[in-house]
Amino acid sequence: MSRTPALHRSTLESAGLDSWIVRLFEDIDEHNLPWLSALSRRCEQVFGGALVDLVPSYTTLLVVFDPLRVSPSEARTMLLRILADLEPDDSSHEGQVHELHTWYDPRVGPELSRVAEQAGMTVSDVIDAHSQQVYRVFALGFAPGFAFMGLTDPRLECARLETPRRRVPPGSVALAGRQTAAYPAATPGGWNLLGRTSARLFDRERKGFSLMRVGDQVRFVPVSREQFEREGGDTTPMEPSS
Amino acid sequence: MNQKSNPEPCIRVLRAGPLALLQDSGRFGVRHLGVTQGGPADLYSWAWANHLTGNPWGTANLEITFGGLQLVAGRDLEIAITGADMGATIEQRPVPLWQRITWKEGEILAFAAPVSGLRAYLAVCGGFVAEPVLGSVASVTREALGGFCGMGTKLETGDQLSVYSTRGEPGDGPLQAPRDAIPDFRQPAVLDLLPGAQIAHFTGRSLFDAFNTWWQVDDRADRMGVRLTGPRLQCQISTLVSEGINLGGVQVPPDGQPIVLLNDRQTIGGYPRLGSLSPLAASRLAQCLPRERVKLVARSSEAALKQYRGFRALFYEKSR
Repeated sequence: MSRTPALHRSTLESAGLDSWIVRLFEDIDEHNLPWLSALSRRCEQVFGGALVDLVPSYTTLLVVFDPLRVSPSEARTMLLRILADLEPDDSSHEGQVHELHTWYDPRVGPELSRVAEQAGMTVSDVIDAHSQQVYRVFALGFAPGFAFMGLTDPRLECARLETPRRRVPPGSVALAGRQTAAYPAATPGGWNLLGRTSARLFDRERKGFSLMRVGDQVRFVPVSREQFEREGGDTTPMEPSS
Repeated sequence: MNQKSNPEPCIRVLRAGPLALLQDSGRFGVRHLGVTQGGPADLYSWAWANHLTGNPWGTANLEITFGGLQLVAGRDLEIAITGADMGATIEQRPVPLWQRITWKEGEILAFAAPVSGLRAYLAVCGGFVAEPVLGSVASVTREALGGFCGMGTKLETGDQLSVYSTRGEPGDGPLQAPRDAIPDFRQPAVLDLLPGAQIAHFTGRSLFDAFNTWWQVDDRADRMGVRLTGPRLQCQISTLVSEGINLGGVQVPPDGQPIVLLNDRQTIGGYPRLGSLSPLAASRLAQCLPRERVKLVARSSEAALKQYRGFRALFYEKSR
């Protein structure tokens, strides 16, 4: 449920000729999300065709507009007016719920045992701790469809790899800090890998392209290797030090 | 608009060179999905190339970085080359830049190496044929989006490129850019910067240095961003919670050396920012070679807006 706003402290910060950063909060918190989604919807209504892009992220919304139609000072006035009576979205606007079928296994999740060791837990406890929680999507970035989710069980907190991998296979389910994510495509990456999901996270042929949006709710569901493979998952093991 | 009546290939790539990318104005409305903007690094020169060939705003043309590209025409084409001077020739005759010219069937158009500037733009009357991906043909290699094949790849030797036929209005638009519209990339770049919110967190000394230094363009420069080297800028905050970052954003990581974010930047980031370059200043920076010097000048958003709207007014009648 939404908390009482700290919105009297929201600020507008110039991000260039065609954009403002609306800073609603200071700290990462899932209670920020109903405010950010409400703000996004109001911006769509108020800016209409002059709106170019909206980038929500953790505590802020970047509002990009067409400077041929709206000047920065006009945009500022519009945003202040929106903020003056902004109310958080109620639960009916809470994001979609996704279940990401995940094969947790050292062959595709090479950090599984290290995370367990560090937390003083067994591997199966780590899998339970990671998969029993419902995460919220705080931001998309880094790569198309890459969703930053959290917060994880504090026992799973872990630093990024000292040397990022040059190639993390698509579908890899990963941890860094108290966040978790799944890699939509093969990219370099420095997160700790626990397993792999068969979900298609980004698909240019799908309406909306990205499976996940900011504010969505996500649960990782452990599946067997057989089910993972049946659902189209790639079981190619990681190379030892790739 | 473009008509899809003449899709057979009419340009062949004889030599691809290091980096030639198809770019329309960019990919918009999908940045909340983590998809970057793409589009021409030098919007100014890109827009003029379209203008001179009578193409509407947004038409895709080729961004040619470092030169090295060689093409042969399969039929007579009206073209314009703007941006960097790459010593372009047609059948070894120098090609005049910033004007419309005819490139005849069978002739070889060759780009050599940068004489001044870093990126040239080649527009063809009618525009290149490519299928949009996520609403745009802008090529982003890292994201495997856009370009001629849809996978964001750069031009390869042997590629065959198609061009839309024009609607028979070849006289549309000016034939030549006025002299005062043509940038001189041999002059050191003076870049307008709109101060951002975190500017107050930089030390006084750093603010003095930021605007009174000839910064050097580092060789770590690409379509994602350009690193500048010079005095170490100190900010009292070292990292932020990641937030959306815009074109031209000047972020300062803990090493104190600014990075100016360009078209293919990641969509969110967490370093404090000095501010943002104006769109035309970002265009100018994209023409700087490593080791060239640039200066940052604080500018009001009103002044930058006036300049930008003046630039876009040239293309008003053709917008969308």
